[in-house]
Amino acid sequence: MKALTARRHHRFAPVVLLTLALALTGAVYAAFTPTQATAAAAPTETDIEMGQALFRANCATCHGTGAAGREGVAPSLVGVGAAAVDFQVSTGRMPMMANGVQAPAKPPVFTEEQVQQLAGYVASLGAGPAIPSADAVDAAKGDAGNGMALFRTNCAMCHGAVGQGGSLSGGKYAPNLLGVDGTTVYEAMITGPQSMPVFNDATVTPEEKRDIIAYLAAQEQGSPGGAALGSIGPVVEGLWAWVIGIGLLIVAAVWIGAKSS
Amino acid sequence: MSNEKPGTDVSSASEGNLLPERFDDPGLPEHKARLTDTDPRAAKRAELQVVILFGISIVGTILAVVAYAVIRPGETVESIRTSTLVLGVGLAMAMGGIGLAAVHWAKTLMNDHEKVEYRHPQASNAAERAGALAALKDGAEDSGIGRRGLLKGAVVSALALAPLGFAVPLIGGVGGDWNVSKFRHTLWAKGTRLTHDPSGRLLKASDVTIGSAVHVIPDGLRDHEEWIEEKAKAVVLVVRLDPRDLVEAEGRTDWSYEGIVAYSKICTHVGCPVALYEQQTHHLLCPCHQSTFDMADGAKVVFGPAKRPLPQLPITVDDEGYLVAQSDFLEPIGPSYWERLK
Repeated sequence: MKALTARRHHRFAPVVLLTLALALTGAVYAAFTPTQATAAAAPTETDIEMGQALFRANCATCHGTGAAGREGVAPSLVGVGAAAVDFQVSTGRMPMMANGVQAPAKPPVFTEEQVQQLAGYVASLGAGPAIPSADAVDAAKGDAGNGMALFRTNCAMCHGAVGQGGSLSGGKYAPNLLGVDGTTVYEAMITGPQSMPVFNDATVTPEEKRDIIAYLAAQEQGSPGGAALGSIGPVVEGLWAWVIGIGLLIVAAVWIGAKSS
Repeated sequence: MSNEKPGTDVSSASEGNLLPERFDDPGLPEHKARLTDTDPRAAKRAELQVVILFGISIVGTILAVVAYAVIRPGETVESIRTSTLVLGVGLAMAMGGIGLAAVHWAKTLMNDHEKVEYRHPQASNAAERAGALAALKDGAEDSGIGRRGLLKGAVVSALALAPLGFAVPLIGGVGGDWNVSKFRHTLWAKGTRLTHDPSGRLLKASDVTIGSAVHVIPDGLRDHEEWIEEKAKAVVLVVRLDPRDLVEAEGRTDWSYEGIVAYSKICTHVGCPVALYEQQTHHLLCPCHQSTFDMADGAKVVFGPAKRPLPQLPITVDDEGYLVAQSDFLEPIGPSYWERLK
């Protein structure tokens, strides 16, 4: 029995288990990760025309037929670049469903192709940040450690220490960044949508942006201590400890003190 | 009785049914036999439950030991989480199983004779108390403290002064440093360049586009001996606004550069780092107590408990286009009580 047990827990057992676990994790990850869209080819004349048609039908009510914006209604889109359009439209923030303090993310209205056409049209109006290449947002090439230092300084005050989001003033909020793909994070930094300030390539270099994306990707593996309880902060997690933990202790004390029937 | 006091009468509806003058001692409730005392099958069942609980503990211990040996925390977060989780579940089963089994055993199978221990008065009897008082009195008389005034003064002084031997070093060690005036100065000085936090890269005026927010530390911070303390005082937020939106106070019009303004990041309420910048409203929000400052209007407090605007760092550009400080902050940074040092 002893020998059998010893053989069963052979010194290669952890290696085999680990290999199997890694292979399984990799396979699941590969199966669920959408293939990265290849960097958009330069929009053709027809793309821009299609984009203009889409713009006139869906966006011009607020942004004006020439995308010059309307005072007090919607900003000018001349010079915002393709990155801003891709961020706003592919996350469903635009077109806005209703007026409010903040345009929330929702299922996108347009297909990937239509977003590219719109982005091509808006980019043709004036130079602005372009959609980043797949290489620029590849988390595997970033340094998550440096990303953490940058995230802590530039992002954590609004988005929380691990990117779970947080509230701002007047009902506005910084959205949760976990599960958001790298391209969207990059575009948000470079365009500064809504309340968010701009982090251009001089203030946060493209390499540093990739580091931040790598840090966020590392957070998606979850918390090393088990259930993260939302990672919103010590108040929420403390509340759990007090209410659930002390509640359980009270139940145990009552059970110990109660007479058996 | 209680009928005369207003508000305490609850039995006015039934006049004749007055409460008795005194309740009789109902005595102890009748002892009720437990199910396990009367039903052998229930006793057997309880025994089995206790055995199962001890069994859970044994399984938990084995699980914890096996987890320690096999599921090691490795390089990945998942492996650390799995290791912690399995180890924790194993230990919880091991300890919880013993505890639950012991309590269940005691409650269902061990005897439940009810014993009564009466409470005794805590005070000693009169003779003992009188004896103790007499002893104290004798002692005081014997020492002569009432007659010898100098001796009384000496003993009181000695006892009163004795704690100082401990208290002075303890209180003197608090904070280790009573030079509070250094809070009035930061590393910023005339010509100190603004650099990115944390990389230390120099910051050009042209890098800061409208809507940008840059977190800034003074150049050469990391070379300073106490750089963490100095960083805590010197952190600055630089933003660029449309110069048309900018309201500048009298005498401060040259503190900004083409719409670029720099303000201390230390909240004037209790010193949290204020950094939640909303670029559309130009509001800067403190995450601790929601003090809100208007970056376009001299960082005035527009909401919250802070009592004074964030100190502004006067900036300009040097010949090479880098942003530099014109001087140190002209007022103390951080919570308002430092301002009283002026």
